[in-house]
Amino acid sequence: MATLQVPVRGKAGGAPTTKAVILVGGPSRGTRFRPLSLDLPKPLFEVAGHPIISHCFAAITRVPEIREVFIVGYYDESVFRDFIKDCSRSHPQISVRYLREYQALGTAGGLYHFRDAILKGRPDRFFVLNADVCCSFPLDQMLRLFEEKDAEAVILGTRVPNDAASNFGCIVSDAHSKRVLHYVEKPESHISNLINCGVYLFSTEAIFPSIKSAIKRRTDRPRLVSYPSSDALDSYLPAGDDDGEKNEVIRIEQDILSDLADSRQFYVLETKDFWRQIKTAGSAVPANALYLMKAFQTQSEELAKPSANILPPVFIHPTAQVDPTAKLGPNVSIGPRAVIGAGVRIKEAIVLEDAEIRHDACVLYAIIGWSSRIGAWARVEGTPTPVREHSTSVVKNGVKVQSITILGKECAVGDEVRVQNCVCLPYKELKRDVQNEVIM
Amino acid sequence: MKALILVGGFGTRLRPLTLTLPKPLVEFGNRPMILHQIEALANAGVKDIVLAVNYRPEMMTAALKKYEQEYGVNIEYSVETEPLGTAGPLKLAERILGKDDTPMFVLNSDVICDYPFKELAEFHKAHGNEGTIVVTKVEEPSKYGVVVHKPDHPSRIDRFVEKPVEFVGNRINAGLYILNPSILKRIELRPTSIEQETFPAMVKDGQLHSFDLEGFWMDVGQPKDFLSGTCLYLSSLTKKGSKLLTPATESFVNGGNVMIDPSAKIGQNCKIGPNVTIGPNVVVGDGVRLQRCVLLAGSKIKEHAWIKSTIVGWNSTVGRWARLENVSVLGDDVTIGDEIYCNGASVLPHKSIKANVETPAIIM
Repeated sequence: MATLQVPVRGKAGGAPTTKAVILVGGPSRGTRFRPLSLDLPKPLFEVAGHPIISHCFAAITRVPEIREVFIVGYYDESVFRDFIKDCSRSHPQISVRYLREYQALGTAGGLYHFRDAILKGRPDRFFVLNADVCCSFPLDQMLRLFEEKDAEAVILGTRVPNDAASNFGCIVSDAHSKRVLHYVEKPESHISNLINCGVYLFSTEAIFPSIKSAIKRRTDRPRLVSYPSSDALDSYLPAGDDDGEKNEVIRIEQDILSDLADSRQFYVLETKDFWRQIKTAGSAVPANALYLMKAFQTQSEELAKPSANILPPVFIHPTAQVDPTAKLGPNVSIGPRAVIGAGVRIKEAIVLEDAEIRHDACVLYAIIGWSSRIGAWARVEGTPTPVREHSTSVVKNGVKVQSITILGKECAVGDEVRVQNCVCLPYKELKRDVQNEVIM
Repeated sequence: MKALILVGGFGTRLRPLTLTLPKPLVEFGNRPMILHQIEALANAGVKDIVLAVNYRPEMMTAALKKYEQEYGVNIEYSVETEPLGTAGPLKLAERILGKDDTPMFVLNSDVICDYPFKELAEFHKAHGNEGTIVVTKVEEPSKYGVVVHKPDHPSRIDRFVEKPVEFVGNRINAGLYILNPSILKRIELRPTSIEQETFPAMVKDGQLHSFDLEGFWMDVGQPKDFLSGTCLYLSSLTKKGSKLLTPATESFVNGGNVMIDPSAKIGQNCKIGPNVTIGPNVVVGDGVRLQRCVLLAGSKIKEHAWIKSTIVGWNSTVGRWARLENVSVLGDDVTIGDEIYCNGASVLPHKSIKANVETPAIIM
């Protein structure tokens, strides 16, 4: 593997070409997004009126030079068919393809497996976006830094509170040059509060050799020697399904970034804008809030017009029926054909397709599943957590519970019933007050 | 006839309400608690009523003045300089209670029931002994002092058994008595208990009888029982077809037992009842759901609030989509913010609640 110090933009006088990859993972990995992922693959779950993945796609479409987008994951082929059709219709100039891994190869392994498709037409560089990230995706700024520094890789980073940092990949960078000096995934001790946002821009000539050498390292030697964190090791070991598969799993975060920091022109773009992961189902509520706020700041036409009973930002699907006496917002999304009765209050919540909220009910910090029904004067409530907070659980009476109340598909809450800090699996009927429970 | 009402202290068990008003003046069924007793006594022909209190009774004197005329009674205040228990106050008021030979009623001020004073007086006269105590049947006598009768007599009391472990009977002292003035000789002017000392002595002499109470009975000295007592009182009014209740034909009345002061305003699309009292000048907004609750004078319930098993204090405000339950008690001039949830919150006067109270707590 030869190190390439040659600036990538130099190719044959033409403008450099850029592609994009969205990593969507697969169904077996969606467990943390239960109970919502029981009925819909996480990337297709709608926040702020659009599937999670389409927020990534929208960011990509804002980089005019990108003409080719790959969705990489191990969901069934059919899962993204409609989404891709919609993308082609709205952006005919962009080719969108789904590349299915037949076994989990890891984020880097997947890229390597599909290198021929990605490298076709000899692109100079490509973005990699994790679909479970909610942020403003400042891809143009990453591109600018990439060119300015003649970089081989750019990572998007954000600052988090010190005590939260070790839950993420931590980046040590040179404050002046922005060069990444060191990278550790989920360190045991405090290393930095600048963390990996899960959005990258790689030069094709740098990343594939790096992955290749990681694969080689893996087969040559006991794996993960470069890894200082025993905690990360522990948590990693049981994750593999069997020995055969484990060997092939190569992840960007665990297996590639640390090496890039050592040997490549690797830079970090620190975003001051919002960022958070969409891991648990509850994190869809803050993600919804962040995307809605962004839409509001950019004066999106999609949002409901503010009024005495609409506290912005609020998204109401055109087919939803909302009684004028209902008070909605801030940070509320109402899905298609949902029916919101008189005197209803909804705040910091997502109401999904075909759900019905009867009169005088109150829904706060909650997700109301598809076709669920909430009775009159019922109260479905979670616990407010600061939007900068990255955890979606709270401790109540010494027990860790979900801060967001989530009702799965076709659940029913009786008249006047109160549901607080609960997760309710699909097709359940709640006739009595419940709190701090998972309802099977 | 004469009566003594044992008022005692300010009523700390009924705080935070009694931080604002002495307990006898707290409205039960939209009238001061003590008025229920004064009215029943007046109807039974009582002319002289002594209120035994151990605090300065100015507030009460002022509040009750007008009722003296209305009911044709003379109310005197017997102020204990130190707490004298339940018997001591009788001795202190000996001058009035002992002025003639007619028997006197003695009442605990916390007791709410259909006061049977006329029948009680007749029964007392008929047996001719020194005293009669009203007894009521309870489901769990083990929590109270139980009255046991002489085997050969239906009403003469044989003994009292305090918190019986084994079943000895289910009739308990209801806190209402009729006594001849002669018993004043049995009491010394010191802190002493009528239940523990005076009555056992009378029982020993075969001088004490019991009288069975018909209908409901409740000691409403604390919020939980105040609410239960309100339910019993309203049910009894319903049974009697009382005009004090709001007719069930009103569209917002649900399940009956609803008492609304004529000056209160009720919004549209409300669902109220069962067991709700709404005091004077209360404003209830649209789409409000009320059940098993007491809204005291001047309180305001904003739109879409949901209230159950709660006492809303005078001039308090409950926000839109707020939810109060599980014996929440709001003192005077409390504000509950919009969308707030209160589970068993006991809120002191003039407080503003801006965050959920999720487990029962006292908000200072």
